[in-house]
Amino acid sequence: MNAPVVDSGTVYRRFSLSRIGAMILRYLYLLRSSWPRLLEIVYWPLVTMVMWGFLQTYLNQHSGFLAAAGGTLIGAILLWDIVMRGQLGFSVSFLEEMWSRNMANLLISPLTRSEFLIALMTMSVIRLVISTVPVTLLAILFFGFNLWSLGLALGAFFANLLIAGWAVGTLVSGLILRNGMGAEGFAWTFMFFIMPLCAVFYPVSTLPAFLQPVAWALPPTYVFEGMRALMFDNVFRADLMIQAFAINALCLAAACFAFVKLLDSARRVGSLMVIGE
Amino acid sequence: MEAASPAIAIEVRDLVKRYRRVTAVDGIGFAIGRGSITGILGGNGAGKTTTIGMVLGLILPDSGSVKVLGRDIRTDRHRILHRMNFESPYVALPQRLTVRQNLRVFAQLYGVPDIPARIDELARELELGEFLDRETGKLSAGQKTRVALAKALINRPDVLLLDEPTASLDPDTADWIRTRIEAFRTRFNATILLASHNMAEVERLCDNVLMLKAGRIVDRGAPAALIERYGRKNLEEVFLDVARNRGRAAALAEVK
Repeated sequence: MNAPVVDSGTVYRRFSLSRIGAMILRYLYLLRSSWPRLLEIVYWPLVTMVMWGFLQTYLNQHSGFLAAAGGTLIGAILLWDIVMRGQLGFSVSFLEEMWSRNMANLLISPLTRSEFLIALMTMSVIRLVISTVPVTLLAILFFGFNLWSLGLALGAFFANLLIAGWAVGTLVSGLILRNGMGAEGFAWTFMFFIMPLCAVFYPVSTLPAFLQPVAWALPPTYVFEGMRALMFDNVFRADLMIQAFAINALCLAAACFAFVKLLDSARRVGSLMVIGE
Repeated sequence: MEAASPAIAIEVRDLVKRYRRVTAVDGIGFAIGRGSITGILGGNGAGKTTTIGMVLGLILPDSGSVKVLGRDIRTDRHRILHRMNFESPYVALPQRLTVRQNLRVFAQLYGVPDIPARIDELARELELGEFLDRETGKLSAGQKTRVALAKALINRPDVLLLDEPTASLDPDTADWIRTRIEAFRTRFNATILLASHNMAEVERLCDNVLMLKAGRIVDRGAPAALIERYGRKNLEEVFLDVARNRGRAAALAEVK
């Protein structure tokens, strides 16, 4: 099914890692050429970590529950940053094509939708590594908080949060393709809309009863509940992680379906020829 | 396999596109032979860009069909995209990337086998050498057009679509670009569909012309034949007759 076809000197395959590699190369060229873009990746996670780190330091000066709760603050903010950066890493790479008016060039090339999405996901991992690794190391240095001490659990948390970020990034990219740059705001604000429901800084039980089912429908909620279980009770809740993976799979599949439908809709209304406002 | 004459590169039938209450393209049909250059002429809003968008598969028609190299663009698009390419002043390449980086990325997307050799070849043909390693965004308008043309030729397309390829260029650069387009067609027997407002350009490059008005093809033929048929000196006068509904254009409109 994926045998190469040679036509007029070019080689065509139905699915091509080389085309995904071309898109990743394009984004790496861009990052390499622009130090403000590289700085932007690191500076916001760093600022939030420092701010919450000082708050934790203050709470640690008290005994009892406040001190214990303070210990989870940096963990929560660093993990929230993974889902946030995962989505932004995806969306910003997508937006680069819109800002440079290059989208039509890509859409008339042999690059398929799935290859484009895989390239965006890969870039989100690369940008996340650039932003998160230095910040977690600085958290150890300045505040003695070692996120890596979560060990294998961190891998499960990371994967679930990243997939949740991709699902939101995919949906938002579809909305921008369909509605033009007027929908760009979704890329920057969508995560803040779901943040209160994801129980980042408090348990789900804190939410009103009618919102709790909504919270449990969001994959990041399971990760933050799992983090608190690990930090307060020293228990790794594998059941929560499995549920998060299952819901993430559904969310990502739904987001990809929505992306395809929104792209088709954009082709119907003719917005791909005049991408912009 | 689609059964279509290999002599026909682009076949459009009864194509209709409506945007809400506006009919942008109203039942047009045409066939373009392999190795020929066809121009689409028409005023603003005549339906040129929408037609090109539908041939590329970027816009879905409400009805009708488009076949490129014998394949339906709606259902088989990804089987032929590597044999097509497109250039338009309204679509840009990433500005922060150098010319070489942009060409490398698109060569890889199109499955070009020996990428450095192809970039060197294009750099020679389109005289890109002096700015090959400069950021695309820092080039002049004429240089950017040459780079955009290089991207459009990177895969030596069998079918090339050009939307106003010399818009906003000085006469010298525009003439230089036209010479390269002619040379490419001659060397590779490429089929070119070209939308333009420049009548001299269409007269020089095109074997056939489609005259579009309000989404319909109101006349068609070789530039010289159209000029003779309308009793005019050049294609610009023919265009004005069609745009203003004068002479033969008025008679044709009355018949329709």
